[in-house]
Amino acid sequence: MYLTPEEEAILNGEEGETRQQLMEILVGVGKVFGADEMVPVRSAQVSGASYKTIGEWGLEWLRGLHARASVPAVLNPVGMDRIRWEEMKIEPEFAKKQLEVIRSYEALGIRLECTCTPYYLYITEYGDHLAWSESSAVSYANSVIGARTNREGGPSALAAAIIGKTPKYGLHLVENRNPQLHIRVLDEPDNPDASWYGALGFLAGKISGNRIPLFSGIRPGRDQLKNLGAAMAATGAVALYHVQGITPEARVFNYASAGLEEFVIEAKEVEKLFINEIPDAVAIGCPHCSPEELDYIAGLLEGCMVKRPLYIFSSRDVINRQSDSVRKIEQSGARVYADTCMVVSPALERYGKIMVNSGKALSYVPTMCGAGAVIGTTKACIDAACTP
Amino acid sequence: MILQGRGISRGVGKGPLLIGPDPISFLSGVDPETGIVLEPGHPLQGQDISGSVLAFEYGKGSTVGSYILYALSRNGHAPAAIINQEAETIIAVGAIMGKIPMVDRIGIPLSDLKSGQMVEVDGTTGNVTMIE
Repeated sequence: MYLTPEEEAILNGEEGETRQQLMEILVGVGKVFGADEMVPVRSAQVSGASYKTIGEWGLEWLRGLHARASVPAVLNPVGMDRIRWEEMKIEPEFAKKQLEVIRSYEALGIRLECTCTPYYLYITEYGDHLAWSESSAVSYANSVIGARTNREGGPSALAAAIIGKTPKYGLHLVENRNPQLHIRVLDEPDNPDASWYGALGFLAGKISGNRIPLFSGIRPGRDQLKNLGAAMAATGAVALYHVQGITPEARVFNYASAGLEEFVIEAKEVEKLFINEIPDAVAIGCPHCSPEELDYIAGLLEGCMVKRPLYIFSSRDVINRQSDSVRKIEQSGARVYADTCMVVSPALERYGKIMVNSGKALSYVPTMCGAGAVIGTTKACIDAACTP
Repeated sequence: MILQGRGISRGVGKGPLLIGPDPISFLSGVDPETGIVLEPGHPLQGQDISGSVLAFEYGKGSTVGSYILYALSRNGHAPAAIINQEAETIIAVGAIMGKIPMVDRIGIPLSDLKSGQMVEVDGTTGNVTMIE
């Protein structure tokens, strides 16, 4: 692996022990994947933020590091809103440890945002190299924006945040980004809700596994693409997908579907996933809501009071920007939380059945919360929350 | 005899060889407090990896395994060095976090190594030296 004189100097410890160890991690990962060189990244998203995952030893490792991030960097969602955790009925012991982890990252120059949607916070552009961790964020960056990132582990993403570089392999290389199968969708309805694409992704992820699908027959917008990609990263390991005529690389490279293994998904298979059931609670914001989604939800809630718990999740930055909508949502009795979501928070474990508008949540809620999950449109979710 | 491998985690470690050789999952597969292998049915089940030169094919299981290697190191129960047939990121990152010297690709099958043989592993140069 070729290293520049500056990179060699860091590896030899000339910029301190922390930067030396983190450069060693980047070089080690580069060797594992056969990278030829490092590439500068524009931003990083660091996993290993949840105390439940990294534990006491992970916290100690973080405390022993002394350096500052050299590119914009955020954290993955954690188990609680870092400010409103008491309201979420999180155990104080757990909250204390979780806050220590977050503070350790803050000391390393990581921004106090725990979100799966860093693309709403930082300008991320076509062709940018990134070091992001969370599977739906990786999918969105690669597919919807045309940026380039592998799915980083916690230590390697932190190393990229501090050093500002990542080994150049995998999805950083344009030759590894070609579609590997064709998914033809039949009978897409007119202007369906984002949840429809979540359900489509739920099915398509199982077909794709870890391959790169090329879709035809659909015309989703950005929030729909977000839901599609998140679900495929949950039921499969899809880190990049293309949609003919829609996603940037599909437009630039005009990929042909001929020669690819073909699978057909009919709209009626997607619609079969939508079942009418009365849930115990409703959760929206997997991935975290966009500004437009918060506004839409506020509109739907106008004039109604929720009759069962309604949780909305978004990033702190987006919540602050949409304060009007957030106020309207909370006036209905619903709660808008930051830093966390229904998949990673223990707060939703107490419900028997949770209604979601996300294909990813539909996949993860049963295993992560031990609750049943049903998928509905965003409007159906709000109606369910407001129905006595 | 010296085997030329590929350096993954820098530093020099010396100890008796302990041959896996099967893949090891450190999360739930090894006790971070004692260094004892816990995984049911693993050829090393019940054995202590502390201070050994641990040779196994590659890491498996959760990426949280990296933190377990760090914990073993902090608890004084890490292997003196690691030899992998082919490094992957769980072990490579964990060895670097725990400052455990590590090499891979030593050019011979791990089954050709002899358990108990004293060896010195140089994670900077990639050399594995048989002692005596």
